[in-house]
Amino acid sequence: MSDATLASTAPPAAAAFPAGGLRRRLVPLGLALVAPCALLLVWQVAVQSGMTRLIPSPHEVAEEMVDFAVGGIWDDAFSGTLLTHLFASMQRVYGGFALAALVAVPLGLLIGRVALVRQVMDPFLQLMRPVPVTAWLPLSMILFGLGARSAFFLVFLGAFYPILLNTVFGVRSVEPRLFEAAEMLGCRGNAQFFKVVLPASLPSIFTGLRLGLGLAWFVIVVGEMTGVPQGLGAVIMDARTLSRTELVICGMIVIGLAGFVSDRIVVAVMNRLLRWSPLHHV
Amino acid sequence: MSKLPIVDIRNVSKVFTVGGGEIAALRDATLTVQKGEFVCLIGASGCGKSTLLRIVAGFESPSSGEALMWNKPIPGPGPDRGMVFQDYGLFPWLTVRENIGFGPASRGRPKAEIRETAERFMALVGLTRFADVYPHQLSGGMKQRVAIARVLANDAELVLMDEPFGALDAMTRERLQDDLLTLWGRTGLTVVFVTHSIEEAIFLADRVVVMEPSPGRIASEHRITLPRPRDVASPEFNEIRRELSARLHSHHAKTAA
Ligand SMILES: Nc1ncnc2c1ncn2[C@@H]1O[C@H](COP(=O)(O)OP(=O)(O)OP(=O)(O)O)[C@@H](O)[C@H]1O
Ligand SMILES: [Mg+2]
Repeated sequence: MSDATLASTAPPAAAAFPAGGLRRRLVPLGLALVAPCALLLVWQVAVQSGMTRLIPSPHEVAEEMVDFAVGGIWDDAFSGTLLTHLFASMQRVYGGFALAALVAVPLGLLIGRVALVRQVMDPFLQLMRPVPVTAWLPLSMILFGLGARSAFFLVFLGAFYPILLNTVFGVRSVEPRLFEAAEMLGCRGNAQFFKVVLPASLPSIFTGLRLGLGLAWFVIVVGEMTGVPQGLGAVIMDARTLSRTELVICGMIVIGLAGFVSDRIVVAVMNRLLRWSPLHHV
Repeated sequence: MSKLPIVDIRNVSKVFTVGGGEIAALRDATLTVQKGEFVCLIGASGCGKSTLLRIVAGFESPSSGEALMWNKPIPGPGPDRGMVFQDYGLFPWLTVRENIGFGPASRGRPKAEIRETAERFMALVGLTRFADVYPHQLSGGMKQRVAIARVLANDAELVLMDEPFGALDAMTRERLQDDLLTLWGRTGLTVVFVTHSIEEAIFLADRVVVMEPSPGRIASEHRITLPRPRDVASPEFNEIRRELSARLHSHHAKTAA
């Protein structure tokens, strides 16, 4: 079998990007900024034309953001506290998320692969699933008290189901052909778990992790309504009570950005681990 | 024929139960394959070609009758019998090199040996330059080469191929047919090859086994004695093609009537 004939069939894919990649990267960035800029513009125009008196202008929010981040403008209780609150929230988000992943991924692999575990766990989990995380709030306050542990628990709960369900789905949808291939090559029984099931369901697991982490940031605001002193959710709740809408918006923006950065990190890990999958380059 | 055959299928039937009904996928099939032989199975869709092959592979067990390899009942899938699927069945998360090394790695061979084996079989199928490429970056023909190298690297003495070239274009297909014959001639493999194409069967096989559907069964066997390489345009080749095609179509006519 000759190499020369194959060469014309398909080029090896590992070719590096040619020069001019900078432009190729700037264009998507520019396009990505269109919608946020449009929103800012509409917001500015709406505030200026007096359509609403209750919403602060982008400029006021920007000013508040600077004060929130480094202080030196208002010097109130919130000045220069952004990082403190951000770290407090991050701890709960990543902690709850990591615990959820640690429980949901192995449990999902087992449910997907072992009939007995599936029969025992599946009905129970399906029954619990429709209950929204917010509905757990009162119970969680009784169980874990007011404060950080409650927030942590709610984040865990929010991230748990997407990770679990996607892991189970991934395991259940491994092509049967791949098990046959493994078996005829001498890989059978438990060895298939690591050599076939796990890699084959990795794309679904990552889908679950992304959704789970997104939900973790989503839930954190609810979680921090349980009366924690620090955290972005707490800032938003306090600012609301004080009618400081510009601070509410600052909190929203920080959560948005933090969630975005978190997702990019997961995507970067995913792209690295799923290089083999044509569908998984985001 | 007193030699011990590598494969011995004795009165094998296979019944599938689907939603209360029963399908006789294979009825009373008897077939022996000698070591080093190249056998093609041919026949209309649904006549049990894949079922027969999967029984030899050990993916299915006979409902009745015996399926023997080296005179022992086939216990299940095993590395001595390599299957090449029409849809390749490559592991998408492994590179060409890793796919080919999968068998030896699963059997716990030492790292150096796995690497050496993978190199050797990549060279054999002409994919050395694509060693670190993932399957989705390969053409269909190249994927099928990887699939073939994968079973050879695992020391399979019997290679079962289920329409392996069915999804490929005519030119790639012809090249792979030539390459397969070269490999076969060089290695002393035994090949059982399922195809829909009469021409492919005559081009490749020592023996063509014609099957018929409902119920799936073996209808006739034809030894092909044309010297290799075979010329598909020669009168002798066409004579055999006419004969086989008449056999296949006589059955179609019967069912259509
Ligand atoms: N796993 C299965 N469950 C139920 N029925 C099956 C199964 N596998 C095959 N059959 C049935 O057995 C019969 C023979 O199937 P088989 O796949 O062996 O045919 P084939 O000759 O390979 O056909 P084709 O040329 O279309 O691949 C068909 O009627 C098919 O529907
Ligand atoms: Mg078939």
